[in-house]
Amino acid sequence: MIPTSHYVFLSLALFTIGVIGVVTRRNVIIILMSIELILNAVNINLVAFSRQVGSVHGQVFAIFIITDAAAEAAVGLGIIIAFFRNRATLLADEMDILKW
Amino acid sequence: MIQSLIEFVRPHALPLIYALVIVAVLPLIVGYIVLVERKVMADMQARLGPMRVGPHGLLQPIADAVKLLLKEDIIPENADRLIFWLAPLLSVTAGLLALAVVPIGPMFQIADLNIGLLFILGISSMGIFGIVLGGWASNSHYSLLGALRSAAQLVSYETAAGMALVSGLLLAGTLSMHAIVEVQESQQVWFAFLSPIGFFVYLVASIAETNRAPFDLPEAESELVAGYMTEYSGFRWSLYFLAEYANMIVVGSIATILFWGGWLRPFPNVRALDFLDFMPALLMLLIGAYCFWRTPKQPVNIQRMFLAAVGLLCLVLAGALAGVLAGPAAFLKPAVHGAFWFLLKVFVYLYTFMWLRFTLPRYRFDQLMRLGWQFMIPVAIVNLMGVGIALALHRQAGWSLGAAVTLTTVLTLIVAAWLARAGERAERPIAGET
Amino acid sequence: MLDQALFYFFAGLAVVSAVLVVTRRNAVHSAIFLVTALLATAGIFLQLGAEFLFAVQIILYVGGIMVLFIFVIMLVNLDVALHQVQFNRQWLVAVLLALGLGAEIFGVYRLAQKSPRGADLLQLPAHALPQLPGKAGNTELIGHVLFRDYMLPFEIASILLLVAMIGAVVMAKRKV
Repeated sequence: MIPTSHYVFLSLALFTIGVIGVVTRRNVIIILMSIELILNAVNINLVAFSRQVGSVHGQVFAIFIITDAAAEAAVGLGIIIAFFRNRATLLADEMDILKW
Repeated sequence: MIQSLIEFVRPHALPLIYALVIVAVLPLIVGYIVLVERKVMADMQARLGPMRVGPHGLLQPIADAVKLLLKEDIIPENADRLIFWLAPLLSVTAGLLALAVVPIGPMFQIADLNIGLLFILGISSMGIFGIVLGGWASNSHYSLLGALRSAAQLVSYETAAGMALVSGLLLAGTLSMHAIVEVQESQQVWFAFLSPIGFFVYLVASIAETNRAPFDLPEAESELVAGYMTEYSGFRWSLYFLAEYANMIVVGSIATILFWGGWLRPFPNVRALDFLDFMPALLMLLIGAYCFWRTPKQPVNIQRMFLAAVGLLCLVLAGALAGVLAGPAAFLKPAVHGAFWFLLKVFVYLYTFMWLRFTLPRYRFDQLMRLGWQFMIPVAIVNLMGVGIALALHRQAGWSLGAAVTLTTVLTLIVAAWLARAGERAERPIAGET
Repeated sequence: MLDQALFYFFAGLAVVSAVLVVTRRNAVHSAIFLVTALLATAGIFLQLGAEFLFAVQIILYVGGIMVLFIFVIMLVNLDVALHQVQFNRQWLVAVLLALGLGAEIFGVYRLAQKSPRGADLLQLPAHALPQLPGKAGNTELIGHVLFRDYMLPFEIASILLLVAMIGAVVMAKRKV
């Protein structure tokens, strides 16, 4: 049996890598992919604790998180396509129309 | 050390042998399915098909395989090498992996997963990657367009196929492939009769899923050269081809298991129709007799010997199929006859695919997408609701299953007819309106 | 022993793929490595006994969301993007802050380990896999819980998906 702390560490590692991806990269599509990594880390955490506690509610919550991630990815990518058509750029640094 | 290794492998030995058999035999079977397709195409076009290599062209797949393996391996100049190498691998892996949960008879299954049907759905959706990445890595316009179109088509019809499968799943009550056939055996009815619209939707969706005509715009020769496969040659192309036909076998197997009773013979529990058990042996006998009848008419001596050998093989199979009916080998009867009935049903399904390919003209891409999103998915959803209502009426309101299913099928057909009329009217606007 | 080998394999694959996702120059390579990371996560789910979640992860995440990502990457493919600077100017501070966040979460974990109830929670799982009476599996159990206790969130999720579908279609149209 694998102790639950191992799964917590794995989840922590994926979460940190995802956060680094979000705050470091310029390409917005890779930023979105890092957000998916963060959501997956949270899912691993939930399912590990669902196994620990013996109830299946954690897995149901994880299903809802996957559903939300799908919706968010779809809308986010739609926004990126719309922005790209107007500004022809994919870099987060250059999306500064609202700046003074 | 060796002892513990053997102990470790022992419970997995039989599935490992099944897996090796499938991986070894599948390319050969796919080659012969291609030959059957060419012969059927020729038959429907009033000509003969491949006749040169071997008697009646029976050795054509071998010749094709040798040619493909010896062809030069061309990689386009600016292609992304890693992805170019990876893409056919993904397609083939997805196609073969899905065969791991398919039971070819009551005893020939590599792994009876609790979630077998869901697993196959997931693996099929992974097969899309092989197509999209292959098209992109080829660094060519035709390939990319073909790949994106093919992927859009696959994703659209995957939803409809999934809904149709769920309607059959509602009737079965379980996701395990083995248990689905057992439920059909205990209820003594194939689910195709309880959910015919679900079966029809799955038939059409699976044709679109495997990029077969009339939905083969992404890989039609007159349209996009060969779509995502344009820049692939030799062995890599044969991997894609193997993946496509393996996918056909997989969808045929799923349809057979879920809707056509898997390995069950027609009327399995009716003792009076037990004479149907002799049908497999009789069929093999007839094929062997035909081979022997055509043997003297072959022009070349070696072709005569080959055809006689094929006839002998058919006779041996007929003997094996009849032999298990008698006393000592009777414990093998479910396995052997089950495998025969399963393969026969899958072959009929594949024959339907080929029949449709050579009869119907191709769908234009926007017509294809309109059909998928505006007809197939709504019909599949309404059918799903109908099956659910029928089951609720049967289990909770006490109606007989036949009456409930008939009622909901009629209602679903009415909705489907209305959708078809609405679709047609949308395609042809009334004169005077834009 | 097989259990441990599988866990370390999937965990290692997930972490290595994640690192490769955030460091690749080519967006398609990043997407492929994200697919590998998601498959490794699905393997972890299977290893934890959540077989329905394993299948759902592959169908939805890998077969749905990642296909969408790859579509969009191919639609907005910029050759010039490969030669631009990949990391923004404040990357050092950002990495330090992210590591600080990670250290914070680790600190919470240590705090939980020290508290009596928390230590109990982080021990080896004492319970067997959740079971329904009879021979029901993981999928039936999730179905029971999803359609009884979580019926309202289920309906709200359906509406959320409808909104997302309409939003994405409107966003990506050429002329609204």
